Amino acid sequence: MSFWQRHQVFEKNSIILVIGILLVIAIGGLVEITPLFYLKSTIEAVDGVRPYTPLELAGRNIYVREGCYLCHSQMVRPLRDEVERYGHFSLAAESMYDHPFQWGSKRTGPDLARVGNKYSDDWHVTHLANPRAIVPQSIMPGYPFLKENELDANNVADHLKTLRAVGVPYTDDQIANAAADLKAQVDPDGAGAEALTKRYPKAVVRNFDGKAGAPTEMDALVAYLQMLGTLVDFKIYNEKANLR
Amino acid sequence: MSASSSTKSMTIGESGLSLTFAVTAFLCVFAAAKALDTAFAFHASLAAAASAASVFFILNRYFERRELPPQEINGRPNYNLGPIKFASFMAMFWGIAGFTVGLIIASQLAWPALNFDLPWTSFGRLRPLHTSAVIFAFGGNVLLATSFYVVQRTCRVRLAGDLAPWFVVIGYNFFILIAGTGYLLGVTEGKEYAEPEWYSDLWLTIVWVVYLLVFLVTIIKRKEPHIFVANWFYLAFIVTIAVLHLGNNPALPVSLFGSKSYIAWGGVQDAMFQWWYGHNAVGFFLTAGFLAIMYYFIPKRAERPIYSYRLSIIHFWALIFLYIWAGPHHLHYTALPDWTQTLGMTFSIMLWMPSWGGMINGLMTLSGAWDKLRTDPVLRMLVVSVAFYGMSTFEGPMMSIKVVNSLSHYTDWTIGHVHSGALGWVGFVSFGALYCLVPWIWNRKGLYSLKLVNWHFWTATLGIVLYISAMWVSGILQGLMWRSYTALGFLEYSFIETVEAMHPFYIIRAAGGALFLIGSLIMAYNLWMTVRVGEEEVQSPVALQPAE
Repeated sequence: MSFWQRHQVFEKNSIILVIGILLVIAIGGLVEITPLFYLKSTIEAVDGVRPYTPLELAGRNIYVREGCYLCHSQMVRPLRDEVERYGHFSLAAESMYDHPFQWGSKRTGPDLARVGNKYSDDWHVTHLANPRAIVPQSIMPGYPFLKENELDANNVADHLKTLRAVGVPYTDDQIANAAADLKAQVDPDGAGAEALTKRYPKAVVRNFDGKAGAPTEMDALVAYLQMLGTLVDFKIYNEKANLR
Repeated sequence: MSASSSTKSMTIGESGLSLTFAVTAFLCVFAAAKALDTAFAFHASLAAAASAASVFFILNRYFERRELPPQEINGRPNYNLGPIKFASFMAMFWGIAGFTVGLIIASQLAWPALNFDLPWTSFGRLRPLHTSAVIFAFGGNVLLATSFYVVQRTCRVRLAGDLAPWFVVIGYNFFILIAGTGYLLGVTEGKEYAEPEWYSDLWLTIVWVVYLLVFLVTIIKRKEPHIFVANWFYLAFIVTIAVLHLGNNPALPVSLFGSKSYIAWGGVQDAMFQWWYGHNAVGFFLTAGFLAIMYYFIPKRAERPIYSYRLSIIHFWALIFLYIWAGPHHLHYTALPDWTQTLGMTFSIMLWMPSWGGMINGLMTLSGAWDKLRTDPVLRMLVVSVAFYGMSTFEGPMMSIKVVNSLSHYTDWTIGHVHSGALGWVGFVSFGALYCLVPWIWNRKGLYSLKLVNWHFWTATLGIVLYISAMWVSGILQGLMWRSYTALGFLEYSFIETVEAMHPFYIIRAAGGALFLIGSLIMAYNLWMTVRVGEEEVQSPVALQPAE
C-alpha cells in the first residue's frame, strides 16, 4: 500500500480528518506557549514592579479604549539606537501585570515604554488636547474631550477584584480603599495621599490636569503615562540575577 | 391557526430556536435595564430586538411554509442557496464599507485634521473598524458563502440543517454589527484583530460551533466517496479558528452587566497568545480558507483539473503544521525568550515551501488553458491573486529573519506586506470567486459585463501597486532614519523628523486605496446588474468531479 493510498483514510473519513488537523495544529502552540508559564526569564520578579494604582489603571483603560497601542509601542528592543532614543530595553517583568499587554506592533508615533517623567504634566495635557500646539508636524489625533469627561469611578474596586482573579496580586487593603485611592492621587494636599503611596510605592500624587474637583479622564491618562517605565531603578537592577 | 394544516408540525429546530430566542430577548431587555455603561445597554437592546425579530421570522416562516424543502428534486440534490446569496450580498456590502474606512484612516495619517478631535472618528477607534470590516466581515462572508456553496456541490447533497445555515450567516453578521459599533463607542479588548469584548466573543463562539456542525454534517452525508481538497482547507480553517479564538480570548468581565473585561493572560504570556492567534488568523482565516476558494474556483473557471493531487496533500499538511509555529516572528527582540523567537523565525522560513506549493498548484492548473487569461478577466483576477500570494509568502519569511525584522518591525513595511497579501491575494481571489458565484447562484448565463470586470481589474491592480510600493519606500526609509547616526555618534534624526518624511508616501497610499475602492464600486454595480437584468440560465452547470 503506497503512501498516497494510506492517505485515503483522511480523504474518506471526515472525523479522522478533523482529529488529524487538531493534532497537527496543536504541536506548535504547545511547544512555544506552555514553557512561558514556568521559565524563569518570563516569570522573574524584579524589584519595584507593582500593580497599577486605581487612577493609573483607569488611565490605562482609556489608553486601551482610544486605541493608542495601534500607533505607539511599549517595548524598547535591545538595539543601540532604541536604547539611546528611549532608554533601557524593556524587561518581561515590567509588563507582568498588564492585562492585556500593550507592546504594540507599529510606531506611527514613538515608543512609550519609558515616557514616564520625560515631559511635564502640562506638556501632556496640552499635547493630548491638541498635539500640533506643541509639535507642529505631528499627525496624532487630538483628544480635547478627555479634559471635560469626568472619570467614571463607580466600580473601581470591582476592576481590582477582577484583576486579582486573573493573577494580579492586589491586597484586600488595596481593594477596600480603591475608590478613596483613586481620588487621593489627584489631591496632593489631601489626607489620603500618604496612605496611597504606602500601598503603591513610587506612586506620584499630583493634580495632573491642573483642574480642581473630581478626577477627569485626562488626570487618569496622564497619571498612567507619567508612571510608564519608571518603576524599575536600573541603577540597582541586577541583570545577572535571572540568568541560569 | 387557520394557516397551519393538519399534516405539518413544527420541527425541533423551529420550536427550540424560537423558544431560545424568546428567552434571550427577555434576558437582553433585563440586561439593558441593568447595564452599567451606555455601550452595553445599546448592545443589549440590539440583541433584544434581533432576538424578537428572529422569533417573528421563524414563526412567520412556519405559518407560510407547507413541507420542509426536499433534499432532492428529480434525483438531483436540491441545493440550499438562500444563505449563500445573503452572505454574498453582505460580503460586497462590508467590503465597500471596510475599504471606505481604510481610505478614511489612510487620509487621517496624511491630514490629521480629518480625525475631527471626536472620540468616535479618531484613528484609534476607526482602525479596528477597518481591519475587522475587511478581514472578518468582508473575508468572513466570502468564506461563508463559498464554503456553503463548495461543500454542497462537491458532496452532491443539500446543506445540513434547515434553520442552522441561516443562523450561521445572520448570526455571524450580527456579531460583526456588535463588534463594529462597539469599536466606535470605545468597547475593545485592546488585542489587535481580536478586539471584540467578552459578550461578542461568546456569541461568536456559539455561531462558530454551529458553522462547524453544518459544514461537517454536510460532509458526513456526502454522496461522494472522497472529501474534495477544498473541503480539507475549509475544515482546517473552521477548526483552527475555533481553537485560536478560544485560546486568545478567555476574559473575565468586571460585571455581567458591563462591557469591560480583563483578559486572563498578562504580559509575555498574553503577547505570545496574541501573536499565536494573530499570525494564524492570517494563516487559517486569510490563507487556508482562501486556498480552499482557489482549489475550487480556479479549476472550475479554467475548466482544467487541479495540477497535482499529491502536491495538494503534501502542502496541506505541511502548511497547517508549520503555520502554527510562526507567531513569535511578531515579537523579535522583545522580552519574549530568545529561543521562542528563533523557533518562530525558523518555522516562518520553512513555511515558504508549502506556501509556494499551493501557489504552484494554483498557477499550474492553468496548463493548457493559459490563453484564457487574454479573454477572461475573472480568471485573470484569480490567477493574479495567486501570484500576489506567492509574492507575499516570499516577503513574509524574509521579514521574519531577525536582522531584517529589526529594520522592518514597527514600520510601514509591515503594513505594505499585509496589504499585498490582503488586497492582492485575499481581495482578488474573493472578487474572482464572487464574479463566478453570483451568476451561478442567481441562475444567470454570465456576468452583466466582462468589460467592467476588466476595468475593476486594472483600477484595483494600479491601486495595489501604488499602495505597496509607497509602503515599502516609507517603511524602509523610516527604519533607516531611526537607526541613522551622525559622524559624531549621535542619532541623526528626531522621531518627528521621521514622521514628517512619511507625508508624501501617505498621500500616495491613500490614492492607491481610493483606486481599490473605486474598483469595488464598479464590481458592486456589475454584480447588481447581473442579478437584476442578467439572462436566466436554463440548465444549471454540472458539478465538478472530485479528484480520485
